This record gives sequence, structure tokens and C-alpha cells, in this order.
Amino acid sequence: MSRITLLYLQVLVAVVALVLWQFFTTVPLFGRILLPPFFFSNPVDVFSQIVKWFSTGVIWKHLAITLWESILAFVIGSAGGILVGFWFARQPRVAAVFDPYVKMVNALPRVVLAPIFALWFGLGVWSKVALGVTLVFFIVFFNVYQGVKEVPTTVLDNGRMLGMNERQLMRHVYWPSALSWMFSSLHTSVGFAVVGAVVGEYLGAAAGLGYLIQQAEGVFDVAGVFAGMFVLSAFVLLIDMVVTLVEKRLLVWRPTAVRQD
Amino acid sequence: MEKTGPTAVALDDATVAFRLADGRVYTAVEKASLAVAHGEFVAIVGPTGCGKSTLLNVAAGLLRPAGGAVRIFDQPLAGLNRDAGYLFQADALFPWKTAIDNVAIGLEITGTPRVEALARAQKWLGSVGLGAFAGRYPHMLSGGQRKRVALAQVLIRDPKILLMDEPFGPLDAQTRQIMGNLLLELWSADRKAVLFVTHDLEEAIALADRVVIMSAGPSARIIGDWRIALPRPRDISEVRMEKDFHALHREIWSVLKDEVMKGYVQSTQAGAA
Repeated sequence: MSRITLLYLQVLVAVVALVLWQFFTTVPLFGRILLPPFFFSNPVDVFSQIVKWFSTGVIWKHLAITLWESILAFVIGSAGGILVGFWFARQPRVAAVFDPYVKMVNALPRVVLAPIFALWFGLGVWSKVALGVTLVFFIVFFNVYQGVKEVPTTVLDNGRMLGMNERQLMRHVYWPSALSWMFSSLHTSVGFAVVGAVVGEYLGAAAGLGYLIQQAEGVFDVAGVFAGMFVLSAFVLLIDMVVTLVEKRLLVWRPTAVRQD
Repeated sequence: MEKTGPTAVALDDATVAFRLADGRVYTAVEKASLAVAHGEFVAIVGPTGCGKSTLLNVAAGLLRPAGGAVRIFDQPLAGLNRDAGYLFQADALFPWKTAIDNVAIGLEITGTPRVEALARAQKWLGSVGLGAFAGRYPHMLSGGQRKRVALAQVLIRDPKILLMDEPFGPLDAQTRQIMGNLLLELWSADRKAVLFVTHDLEEAIALADRVVIMSAGPSARIIGDWRIALPRPRDISEVRMEKDFHALHREIWSVLKDEVMKGYVQSTQAGAA
């Protein structure tokens, strides 16, 4: 299938879906409308809502807040994950002691922590950041831990035979290996940072995309809910594209990263 | 023609044992004694799984023998062997470093300024025929090219002893010959002591001054030691045509053959168990 055909078919899917949606929500069949607009809104209303948000500029504040929360959650969660991952991988005893607790906390659906964080950190940015951190931390932690553990013995022995001391092994062997594992899960960890921010906003906030959706839902403004979802999708896609670019740059030494183009 | 000068590597009754998962002790190598003189090229040949590599790891200081002693230039070996460069069988290059960075790292960690380290690394890449591949990452190089980089990585540190663990094992037959000639060419420039492990008797005879034969494991021992008096410089592919080569090969193979069969039977039994 050529690129043009593919693109054509992809656009076709969207157009058909939108047309069907518009049709079933506005044109009565056998005397009644199959998808009541109260529950399903319609594409035109949703689109005009999005246009209104952008034309009045209301949306930018919410986007900025969500982006800021995501970035903070990602940075803090990653830093923590790298630190603890390294520590546990280099100190098997510490890892063994904490192992059941790590598993316990990771098994917990993070959403239930949101009310606690709202109590602890208030309704501002930090309660959302905390929620994102609990998600990002574990992904980065497990990958860094694995990355340090899975350095091939031969590469490690080679480093030793070339005369590296522990500090140099850390810098030239363990660190790049751990980072490569972390980078390979970049999409997941960045995605979770956004999830943490949006879910946190949804459960209680004064700004952000999650807040916007929650507000619309509160007044049964279904068009607003759908509009929020579309903006959120576009937002996540955009971030994902940036991550792909960063990933290609960072993992240039990896065969998989090169084959992607 | 016994070489004078200090003994580079001396193993005295070195015994290597491992504790298995079920608590039993597996003796890989039993009372192996071996001396490699300064500037001498010694090849160790033995059937698969006889503990050749184990012996090499003992000489490198990566493994501590359960019994016996290891001496490097007449000093007992404690910890890693700092005089040795080790060429591994598996890929041991740092995948996140370019070819030139892989070669330069051995100098950089001892405090050589980066600019100088890179300049010397570039020179070494040239010596192994990869001058134009400095910026490639290991995965962009072929198996033979990676071995060349590994060789440069080891030699740039100018180790007095070269330990090689079936370094050309994963390569195809033609590449092995080319690499063998490259190794001899580089080695003849400053004659380091070499301990070269292989399961390929022909390769061993073509390269080495001495060929040492190990018995099949467990409790492998050294059961033969031949001096290879073929003239140098040698060409790996041509030396194989010579009459002396065939005579040596026949003589050594008659001893090695039984051990190879023993090793084969053991490996199939172990597989069935």
C-alpha cells in the first residue's frame, strides 16, 4: 500500500465516522433520532466548541497547566526512579528487603491516591504532580533496575579488564545501559505523566484539561466533554511526536532506533 | 630454542572448581601447570567444555583458582591481571560508544586527555583497517569489523600479555584467516606474550609457537605440549599447505581426537540427563 493510499484511507475512516455521528444525531430514522444529542452531542457542536476555546484563548491556560504538571511529574518521577533503581540494583540486600513493599505499592491503582494527595498537597498543581510521579516513578525505576542488572557479563568483564574502577564502570557501563532501558520506555513514562496530571485534575482542580472535561460533564455539556477529549488526544499525540524525536536522537547507537526510518 | 627472559604467565597446579546450584562441587580444571614466556605465542586447544576459557579467566584474574598459584612476571596474581589485555569470544564492545570511542576508552580512563586518546585511537583503527569507520556504532559494523575494533581496543593499552578466548570463533572461515594474519602482523611488531584459546587445531598450529592440548572435562588436565617450529613470518592460508604443518597436525590430532570423542559423548549424555 502506497503512502498516499494509506493516508487517503486513514482520512476516510475519520470522515465516515464523523458523517455517521452527525447523521445519527441529527436526522430522525423511523420517526426518532437513534443517538439523542443530549448524550452524544454532534460533530458540528463539538467542533464549534473547540474553535471557541481556541479563538477566545481560554484553552491555552488549561493546556499550559496540564503540560507543566506533566513535565514536573515526569522529571521528578524519573529522577526518583533512576536514583532508587541504581541503588537497588547495586545493593541486592536493600532490594530484597524492600521488594514486597515495592510490589505492594505498584499493585495499588494510583487513582485511589488522588484524594489523599488532594488533602496533602491541596487542589493546586502539586497534588497532580504527585499522582503523576507515583506512575512515572515505577516505570523508570523498573527499567533502570533492569538496565543495571542486565549489563552483559562480557561487557562488564571487558570494562574491568580495560582497567575501569567502580566509578568508571558506573559512568561508562551501568549508566548508559540503565539510560537506554529508561529511554526505551520513554513513551510509556511520558504518557503516564500526562495521565497522572489529567486524572488528578478531573478529580479536583481549578484548571487544566481534566478540569475542563470535568466542568463540562458537571453541567451535562456533552459537546464540551467531547471537545475536551479531542483536544487531549491532540495534545498527547503532539507530546508523543516530540518524544519520538528525542528518542531517535538519544538511542542512535541502537539498531532498533535506526530501523525506524 | 627455549626463550630467555621472565615468564609472563605461570600457572602452577591451578585447580578451578565451581559450586553447582544443587551444592555439589564441579571441578572444571585439575592441576594445570603452564608457563608462557615473554614474547611467546601459546595456543590452548581442547574439546568443547574442557575448561580452556576457565583457564584463561584464571590468568586474567577474573576467576580465582581453588588451588594452585598464578604468577604474572614472577609476581603472585592478586585481583585482576593489570598487565593483560583480554579479547573476548562474545561481543564485548560498548554498544553505546562509537568505534573510535570504544578504542579510546582504555586510554581515557587512565587519564589520557581526550584529544590525544582520540588521535591515537584513530591511528589504531587505521592499523586494523577501519580508519574510515570511526564514527560507526558497533551494530553498524560486521562481526569481523567488530573484532577488529575489539583488537584495537585491547592493543591501544599496550598490554604485556594478550589473552584471547576463541576470539575469531563466531566469524566465517575467510574472515578468520584474514583476522589471523592481522593478529600475527600486529603481534610480530612487538611480540607480546599471547595465550590463545581455540577449539580449532589448524588455527592453533598456524598461529602459535606452542600448542597445548587439554583433556575433556570435568577435571580437565593438560595432556600435551608441542613446539611449533614453523618459520615466521607466516601466512595463515599458506602455512597450512606445508609438509611440516601436516606432520604436526597428524601427530597432535592423534592425541586430541580421543579427547574430542570423550567430550562429545559426555556432552550428549549431559544433554540426555
